[in-house]
Amino acid sequence: MIPASFDYVAPTTLDEALAALAEHGDDAKVLGGGQSLLPVLRMRLNAPELVVDLGRIEELRGIRDNGDAIVIGAMTTYADLLADASVGEHLSLLHKAVAEVADEQIRHRGTVGGAVVHADPAGDVGPAVLALDAQMVIVGPSGRRTVAAADFFTGLFETAVGEGEVLVEIRLPKHTGWGAHYEKFVRVSHQWSIVAVAATVKSDGGTFTEAKVALANMGSTPLRAKATEAALMGQPATDDAVRAAAASAADGTNPPSDLNGDADYRRHLATVLTRRAVLAAARS
Amino acid sequence: MAKISVKVDGVAYSDDVEPRTLLVHYLRETLGKVGTVVGCDTSNCGACTVHLDGRSVKSCNVLAVQADGHEVTTIEGLADGDTLHPVQQAFHECHALQCGYCTPGMIMQATSFLADNPTPTEDEVRVGMEGNLCRCTGYHNIVKAVMAAAGEGGGAK
Ligand SMILES: Cc1cc2nc3c(=O)[nH]c(=O)nc-3n(C[C@H](O)[C@H](O)[C@H](O)COP(=O)(O)OP(=O)(O)OC[C@H]3O[C@@H](n4cnc5c(N)ncnc54)[C@H](O)[C@@H]3O)c2cc1C
Ligand code: FES
Ligand code: FES
Repeated sequence: MIPASFDYVAPTTLDEALAALAEHGDDAKVLGGGQSLLPVLRMRLNAPELVVDLGRIEELRGIRDNGDAIVIGAMTTYADLLADASVGEHLSLLHKAVAEVADEQIRHRGTVGGAVVHADPAGDVGPAVLALDAQMVIVGPSGRRTVAAADFFTGLFETAVGEGEVLVEIRLPKHTGWGAHYEKFVRVSHQWSIVAVAATVKSDGGTFTEAKVALANMGSTPLRAKATEAALMGQPATDDAVRAAAASAADGTNPPSDLNGDADYRRHLATVLTRRAVLAAARS
Repeated sequence: MAKISVKVDGVAYSDDVEPRTLLVHYLRETLGKVGTVVGCDTSNCGACTVHLDGRSVKSCNVLAVQADGHEVTTIEGLADGDTLHPVQQAFHECHALQCGYCTPGMIMQATSFLADNPTPTEDEVRVGMEGNLCRCTGYHNIVKAVMAAAGEGGGAK
């Protein structure tokens, strides 16, 4: 299918992009890598008057090491992220989650910023940035602000990024030496998660000293499995201890029911996948 | 209308396009490069795969204006005169197609994949080709062809 007509600008600076957005209000739409927006436009679920393409703004692209944190430009593609050694070393969980997104062609175009702003509850990047306690940097008409990942995902396909604003970068505190695993459950290859679990842990002498666990598609936003995180602390990294802690993974979630499975099935999956993810993270 | 300049299969083109024009429609309808096909409405099937600056993309999920100033290679630009590209040759020899509709996309994805990973395992081939659907072959001979091309230096181009 073919999108409805729109005007198009491809500014080379962030200021020009913000000016175009300010001028056109909610008639304008930001284009990142287009891997979610173009399907939406083609199905005519949205018909903006103006598309503002961020693809030619160099300052939004690239990954830098900030000492304590790795800073990822919003327009960095999945493929460029996977090729970056610092992400593999300091943010193993993000690397593993991004490797599971869609397929190679989509990873050549899709961006990390577009993924989190699109905020599909089944998306793979959301749970990773949530588990890694990322800070999202947003720029708009009233300046620059930083929002914690925990406050960023506000609802189904909704985030803290408001009208006229652009997500410019994601700052992720280094998790050097943490074990990590992303466990994605799908029916066939290259699909969205039915449920997925992002887990990153630290242990000392076989005992968990830190544990961060986040879930995809267990509610309208990515969610932290707080009860499991608390239950893991001080426990040995054994099958039985992890199984017991993972039993509370679905506490406080509100998973959807659809053709892939009903809510109860997803609650059960969350406990099974959390056990697998935490054990694999501990052994990675 | 927007003016774009794109190099496609080694030839420079300059055209006025509507911003909403998909790259695949620009290739097929403006340039007549009908070797690249459309197989779905959801960007799932991979039949429309081309290279944008050497990397595989689904051309139904890219706007022609996004390709402005960039280089596109389609299935029509892969052979060297009458000599098939090693991946094309391998698809021919391994009988890696039945109806052939998925084949342009399969070959374009395989060449991009092999450029990054010239000596893959069979499992890596299956994962690398996961964005391309075939409704006929059951994939067996496609995987065989990609493995054979890897042996023939299929990642060289
Ligand atoms: C066949 C297929 C399979 C897929 N499978 C998966 C999967 O398994 N897992 C998964 O996680 N994803 C999957 N995706 C989605 C993919 O990850 C998208 O690339 C991603 O969701 C959006 O990133 P993008 O850069 O392409 O953003 P776009 O599509 O350009 O934009 C998405 C949204 O974010 C907004 N936006 C983009 N960038 C910014 C910014 N910097 N500031 C403010 N707003 C912005 C846009 O206005 C739009 O609303 C799949 C997509 C397809 C087509
Ligand atoms: S036509 Fe492009 S992916 Fe199906
Ligand atoms: S050969 Fe018919 S779809 Fe692949």
